[in-house]
Parts: sequence; structure tokens; C-alpha cells
Amino acid sequence: MGDFLLTMPWAVVLILLPLVGAIVCFLWPKNVNQLGLVTLAGVFLSVVGLGAWLLENGVYHHAVGGWNAPLGIHLYADGLSLVMLGITALVGLFVSVYATAYFDRVQSEQFWPLWLFLLTALNALFLSADMFNLYVTLELLGLSAVALVALAGGKAALNGAMRYLLASLLGSLLFLFGVALLYHTYGSLDLAILSEQIEASPTVWMALGLISAGLLLKTALFPLHFWLPPAHASAFSPISALLSALVVKASFYLLLRLWLELFWPISGSVAGLLGILGVMAILWGSLQALRQTRVKMLVAYSTVAQIGYLFLAFPLAMGAGVTAWNAVMYLAISHALAKAAMFMAAGNLLRFGGHDRIADLDQLAQRLPLTVAAFALAGVSLIGLPPSGGFIGKWLLLEAALMQGRWDLAVVIVLGGVLAAMYLFKVLGYAFTEASTPSKVTAVPVRMEWAALLLASGAILLGFLAPLILPLLAIGTPFDAFSSAQEVMS
Amino acid sequence: MNWNDWLPLLLIACSLVPGLIIFGLAEQRVRLRTTLNLSGSVINLLLVAWMLWGVYHGQHFETRLPLLPGLDLVLRAGPLSLLFVTLSAVLWLLTTIYAIGYLEGSPHRSRFFGFFSLCVSATIGVAMSGNLITFLLFYELLTLATYPLIVHRGTEVARHAGKIYLRYTLIGGGLLMFATVWLYTLTGSLEFTPQGFLHALGDEHRPALVMIFILFIAGFGVKAALIPLHGWLPLAMIAPAPVSALLHAVAVVKAGAFGIVRVVYDVFGINFATDLGVTAPLAWLAAFTILYASMRALYQDDLKRRLAFSTISQVSYITLGIAIAGPIAAIGGVVHLVHQGLMKITLFFCAGNLAETLGIHKISEMDGVGQRMPWTMAAFTIGVFGMIGAPPTAGFITKWYLGMGALEAGQSWVIWVLAGSSLLNAAYFLPILHRVWFRKPPKHWPEEHDFGRQETSWMLLLPPIITAFLALGAGLVAAAAFSPLAWAKLIAEREFY
Amino acid sequence: MSIAVLYALVGIGLFCLGVYALMIHAHLLRKILALNIMGSGVFMVLLALAGRTEIMPDPVPAAMVITGIVVAVSATAFALALMLKISAVTGRAELNDEEEK
Repeated sequence: MGDFLLTMPWAVVLILLPLVGAIVCFLWPKNVNQLGLVTLAGVFLSVVGLGAWLLENGVYHHAVGGWNAPLGIHLYADGLSLVMLGITALVGLFVSVYATAYFDRVQSEQFWPLWLFLLTALNALFLSADMFNLYVTLELLGLSAVALVALAGGKAALNGAMRYLLASLLGSLLFLFGVALLYHTYGSLDLAILSEQIEASPTVWMALGLISAGLLLKTALFPLHFWLPPAHASAFSPISALLSALVVKASFYLLLRLWLELFWPISGSVAGLLGILGVMAILWGSLQALRQTRVKMLVAYSTVAQIGYLFLAFPLAMGAGVTAWNAVMYLAISHALAKAAMFMAAGNLLRFGGHDRIADLDQLAQRLPLTVAAFALAGVSLIGLPPSGGFIGKWLLLEAALMQGRWDLAVVIVLGGVLAAMYLFKVLGYAFTEASTPSKVTAVPVRMEWAALLLASGAILLGFLAPLILPLLAIGTPFDAFSSAQEVMS
Repeated sequence: MNWNDWLPLLLIACSLVPGLIIFGLAEQRVRLRTTLNLSGSVINLLLVAWMLWGVYHGQHFETRLPLLPGLDLVLRAGPLSLLFVTLSAVLWLLTTIYAIGYLEGSPHRSRFFGFFSLCVSATIGVAMSGNLITFLLFYELLTLATYPLIVHRGTEVARHAGKIYLRYTLIGGGLLMFATVWLYTLTGSLEFTPQGFLHALGDEHRPALVMIFILFIAGFGVKAALIPLHGWLPLAMIAPAPVSALLHAVAVVKAGAFGIVRVVYDVFGINFATDLGVTAPLAWLAAFTILYASMRALYQDDLKRRLAFSTISQVSYITLGIAIAGPIAAIGGVVHLVHQGLMKITLFFCAGNLAETLGIHKISEMDGVGQRMPWTMAAFTIGVFGMIGAPPTAGFITKWYLGMGALEAGQSWVIWVLAGSSLLNAAYFLPILHRVWFRKPPKHWPEEHDFGRQETSWMLLLPPIITAFLALGAGLVAAAAFSPLAWAKLIAEREFY
Repeated sequence: MSIAVLYALVGIGLFCLGVYALMIHAHLLRKILALNIMGSGVFMVLLALAGRTEIMPDPVPAAMVITGIVVAVSATAFALALMLKISAVTGRAELNDEEEK
């Protein structure tokens, strides 16, 4: 058994399994729910297998079909990839369970192939190690995500999907242009080869600018966030959960990876700019969230704000090193769990009462204690209150900021938490009222309530799991490239 | 496996686990819920007794779990922790009994008792925290667990009070987190150490440390209701009586005061803090709070609001005792943690009884109520005398030590504050007693409920009588080995010598 | 000026033109066309890269362009389908920001 665990090419399985699943779901839609769930379970186990492999052997390399770089496709996994794959599988599993109850027959036949394609793209993205392959996964990711948004039909969803599609395609093209420039300079697309050769030159700067702009657009960092709230808020709730929790993180992961491996030696000086945008995102997103009158819009703007936190690490990493990256990865995975749970909870409210107007929530919230609990627990993590994953992330980030006297960022980190509390309690306050409940409600399947609650509890549990997760993240020292750069600079 | 390593965690589980189960119970499972609540608190009490005995005989109870690289979740049972834990455990049991009686037949009881247990878990966690990050963790948990209790009634007023409460406490929590992380980046340690762990830092860090101290006081001052951070407390009176009782006597307000004690003693160290020059302003702030809040209390007609302002004033005695920075005053401050708890919870229980039995909310409605509810009002009277500081009640012990300590530390101005406060206390409490005992009762009470031969339900009557008895006892047997005063002396000894 | 440089410059020009058109036109068809033109610009640049060595063309950029075209075709098809749906629902092939009442 142990041998089996260590000899399976898990990375390949992680890409092929959901791909095959998607095709099967598309061709034989009869038992689509069961097929989908089995696929997800398989993906989950494969991540565990890959994790066991990584713990045993360090980083994972695989040249697909035996073709090596520069021509072949190269798969690569370290701690950073593993954590992203893990959170994707975990959130994916719960969202899938939720989705089996959420969608009707026809909708689930449309949902499953697209979602499994999305999963394929995500897994491939986390495992790819060359620039062009990353472009392809990015494009596949964008297209399946847009299609998922459009599933909801209706004016708002179609508009949101279109806006998302245009932004996504523009982002991919910017990225591709940047890749072309890199190839022009170095004649290679392999990350490892590029990272050895890269040095500052006008072309590389331009490539950096184009690639970063494309990925920032896809990550929806302020002020490029315009497409996110309409798309995330108008999609079906399980899809909003997937988009906010995972898809946005994927392009962030890519940006992080490229900066760490390729651009860090030259880009340290512009990291401050990302930090400023991050600060603006936190403040702007929070203020917009405060103004919303619909739950899903509020949650979507909260995503805009939370993305801002992820970018605070860039200016901080210069002096604080691994602490800042750990902080940001911890925030990213906590946000993935919490935000997925929150969108699912919002979906439950929507299903129950047929609307998500905040002002009329009091009539609904009391009848769905599990859902409200899920929303509240997820909120605790988003605010960054202990004990939760969000707290650990913010603690580390604050530590990184104060260590080097970045008071401005430290104040924003704390302030962002207070603002988050303000907009989230705007919703939660309605759980405790005397309002009578309306007679016309639709029952919410138990599965949907529990899926949300369990994911939210996961975000809380993360508060105690740092001693387990931080060492995982350190496999293959993904953040080392930059610490050596740091030594050079100091 | 060593049991002593897990006992502190077990203590928290005693209230946490029943609380979580209760959340899942249907509204009408009264018997199961009551059993869970009571067995939880009784086991809790037994464990506390066992640990008291153990610590007295030099045993060590500490749970340590890794939380972050270099930082652990530490729960430790030292003398100071146990003082607070004992108070919480005893008052939890009594308040639970009271709450069961008080809320009989009202809606959302599962939710109420769930959060109630969570609140107690958080308080016990605050008490036993062995370092600042653990403290912060439970302190914030306490904020979250009390919010649903404050808004429990769900009226517009209650929700407004909840909003204000959150606004104050979450901003306070933010300041605390900021200060804690800042401190951590300077020292690399957050472990509570007798006499502090900062004196080894170089002089160049002094301005930063003063800032950190201010941030800590601002953060804890919110819950300890130091003026001008007290705004949430009178509003929070809208909560059901058992909540107010617990909030004022043990949980929230005390957690704030306890935080100040911890920071001054176990983080900065009293000598170092005095050296930094931060204790004197803290003493002035506390003194001002004592006098100003008493003054405000004079003008309240709503009984619970008057008690609320009285709390603001009384809790600052603790801060004052710490800030005087002398061993004897410290005894007064620390012991008041317990004394104020016992006395104030008595008063709130009684106020709740009046509201529940006769529908009395205002002081102007209390004429002659002593004839209708003699037992309740007898307990109330003992509480009042304690607040004023009349011998032989517990309040007298506090004031005696505070006064002596101030003289010893050469700060005689404190005597005037204490005297002024006692006068004001008398001025806002004695007229109530006069009404209660010496005026004629009206023909009809605002909203009378019938409880048969007794003046009210025994579940409502028993807790205040016991706490009044304890408040009296803490004063009478102050010299005994296990009295709160003896423990306070033990704590002060450890800090000063 | 060699052919390769000319290709590259034209490619950059097309890309910029596409970005501009994407920004200013409201009609979705024009936006989709703009994206296609941007894509063509990038492909031109890649082809210029393939052709810059005298001896024999570099196969990697050519492979990238082929893959890129496949992606672009499917993305365009998808975008057009979405546009048709939007115009079926709203009667106009434009993005509109009004909230659904």
C-alpha cells in the first residue's frame, strides 16, 4: 500500500481524473451527481497521495510523455502547489455536495461537466511549470468559469458573465504577450530555466508589466475589480462559492509563483505599488460592501476587500521574508473556506425566502440557525477574530508589518478587520429580531445547510492547524528564491 | 499521560461541550438542557476545587498546545488565574440556576444557554491564559459570545445596544491585537511572567513601550468601562437580568479589568511600569472614572442603569489598586475582583427579581417593596452596604486595603477619592433602601406575577441569597486561609517580593 | 528593417489598436472583434520570433500560435453565443449596468 502511494503519478491523475470525469458527465448525463461526487472524492484522495509523496521525497517533477523542457510539458509540485491543490479539493468537495442538492436535473447536467473542466484547469494550473502551459490553463479556467456564471441565465447573470469574459480574455492576452516577450529574450518557457537567466532589461520589465497586469485583472485587484461583483453576485450560489474561493486564488497563485521564481530579483522596487493597490482594495471593497443592500453583493465586495490583503505581502516580503508569504497563504486558504461557506449560506437564505435583501432578512434568518451559524463562523474568520484561520493569517501579516516598522500597513490590517466586522454584522444583526416569519418559504435541504456549516467550521479549525500547515507549505522551500534575493540585497 | 497537563483544558471543555450540545437541542428539551447546564457547572466547580487544593500544595497545572511557530496556546492555573476561575465557576452555577428560573417559558432558550456556556468558557479561558496570544483569543471569543446575549430580546433597542457594544469592543480588540503583535516583534515572547518580562529591553524601546501600554489600556479599558470608553455598558442593560449580572460581575467587565492586571503585573511588571511613568496617569484615570460614574449614577431613575454606572465606578477600584503600585493597594485591587463580583451580582439578581415578579424597573416604583419581597430586599441591602464599603462586608475590606496601600505608597490623594466615592455611593444607594423599607407599598404593583406562598420562584431567590451571604462571608472570614483576601495576599507577594 | 521586425511592430500595433477598440466600443460584437485583433497582434509577434533566426524557423512559437488560435477560436465562439443570449434577453447586444429590479 505504501509503495502504491509513492509510485502513483499523482500529479497526472489530478489532471486526468477530472478531465475524464467532465467528459463522462457530458456524454452520459444520467447519473451525473454520483459521477461527479466520485470524481471529486478521487481528486481529494489523489491530493492526499501527492501530499504523502511530497512529504517523503520533497518536490515533484514529471516530464509528460518523457519529453523534457524546452519542448515537453513539465509538471512540478512543491508545498505551495500542494496547499493550493488541497484547498481546491476540499472546497470543491463540499461545494459539490452542496450542488447535488442545489441544482435541479437539467441544471446539474450543465453544471457538472463545466465544474469538472474548471477543476481540471485549476489542478493543471497549480502543477504546471512552463509559461505557455500556464497560459492554456488560465484560458481554460477563464472560459469554464464564465460559462458557469452564465448558467444562471437572466439578465444580470448574462451581463456579469460577459463582462467577466471580456476581462478574462483581455487578461489572458496581456499574459500571452508577456510570455512572448520572455521567450523573445531567453528562448525558453520553462520556469526553472527562466529563473536562472532572468535579469533586468527593458523587455523583461515590459514582460513583467504585461504579465502582472493580466493576472491582476483576473485576480480583481483594485482598481481592476469592476467585473467581479456583478459576476460573483449573479451566478448560482455554489458557483459564486467556487469563483470567489478558488478561481480568483488561482490567478493570485500564478502571480505569486511568477514573482517568486522569476521576477523577484528585479521587481522588489515595484512591490510597493502592489501594496498600495492592496490597501486601496481593502478600504474600497469594505466601504462598498457596507453600502450594499443585497447579501450576495455584499459578500462579493468583501472578496474585493479580502483580495487586497493578499497583496500586502509583496511590500512586506522584502524585510519579513517567509513570515509575509506564510501569512498571505494562510489568509488565502482561510478566505477560500470562509468565502465558499458564506456564499453557500447566502444561497440558502436566497433559496429559503426567495430574496437576499438585507433589510428583510430578519424574517428568514431565525428559521435557518445552521445557515446563520455558518455565515457567522465564516465571518469570524474574515474579520480575523480568534480562533480562526483568518486570525492566524492576520497575526502573521501584522507581525511582518510591525517587524519592519510599516505602521501604515499595520493600521490598515487592523482597520480592515473592523470594517469587515461592520459589514458582516449588518447581516448578522438580523439573526436576532422579533420579526414574524413569512408563511411562504421553500425548505432548504439539510445537505446544503451542513455543507456550509462544515466549511465555515473548517475556517475556524484552521486557527489551530498552523503547526501542521506551515511545514507543508515549506516543502521544496517555494519562498526561498526570494530569501536568497533578500540576502543579496542586504 | 499526565493529568495535570490537561486539567486546564478540561475545565474549559466542561462549559464548552455542554454549550455546543445545547445549541443543537430543540427548544422544548428543557430537562436535558438543564441537566447538561447544571452537570457542566458542577463538574467545573469540582475541578476548580481540586486545582485550588493542588496549587495550594505547589502542584503545576499547565496545558500547552502549539499555535504558531514560537507561540503556544497556554492555559495555566496560577494563583491569580484561580482567583478569577473560582469566581467564574461559583457564579456560573448560581447564574445558571437563576437564568433557568428567569427565562422559563420564553423563546430561544437553547440559543441563550448555548451562548451563555460559551461566554463562561471564554471567561475561564481568559482567566487561565498563560500568555498574551491565548488571552487575546479568549478575550475576543468573549466579545462574540456575549453579543447574542445582549441582543437576545431582539427588540430595536436591544439590537442598537448590541451594535454599540460591538463597535466599542471590536475596535478595542483591534488595538489589543496591534499592541500584542508589536510587543511580540520587540521581545519575541508573550509569556506571562511574574514581575514582567520587559525590563531587559534597552532604553531605546521606552517610547514604544509607553505607546504599547497606552494601546493595551485603551483595548482593555473598553471592556473594563474606563471613562471615556464606557459608552456601551449602560446600553447593554437591555439584556436579560442574568446576562447583565454575569456581564457585570464576572464576564465582560472583569475580563477587561483582569487584562489590565495581567498587563501591569505579568507583562510590564509593576516596578518597570512605575519606572516608565505610566501607572500614575492610569491611577488618575481610574480615580476620575470612580467619581464621575458615581456622579452619573445619582441621576438614573432606571434601577439597572444606576447599577450599571455603579459598576463602572466599582470596577475602576481594581484598576486603581493596581495603578497605585504598592503591595497593599494591590491586595485591595485584586481582592476587589472577587468582592465586586459577589456584591454586584447580588444587586443584579435582585433587580431582575423585581422586574420579573412585580414588573418594577424604576427606582421610583420601589416604594415599600421590602414588605412584599423581604428576602430579595435583604440580599439587596447587604449588597448595597458592601458597595458603600460598610464593615463587615467585603467592600469594606477592599477599601481598607486600598486606603492603607495608598498611604503606604505616599499617595494620600487616593483617600479623598475613596471617601468621596463612598459618600456618593451612599447618596445613590441609601435613598433606595429608604424607599424600600420605610415607605408604604402602592395598592398595585406595575405587573405582578403570582408565585404562591413564596415571594418569587425559588430559582430566582436562592442565588441572590447565596451571593449576598458570600459577600458578607468574604468580609467576615477575610482572615481565613482560603478567603479571597488570603489569595490576593499570595498574589501580591509573588509580584512584589 | 528585417521582415521579422516589421512583423513584430505590426503585431504590437494591432495589439494596441485592439485594446483601444475594446475600451471605446459599446457593441459587444465590436468588443469581441477587438479581442480577436489583439490576439492576432500577439500571434504576429510570436511569428516574428519564430522567423528571426536565419537558418531555420523556431518551432516553439509556431506551436504556441497554433494552440493560441485554437483557444481564440473557441473563446470567440463562446463569446458570440453569450452575446446572442444577451441580445435575446435584453434586445440589445450591449452591456448594461442597470440593476435587475
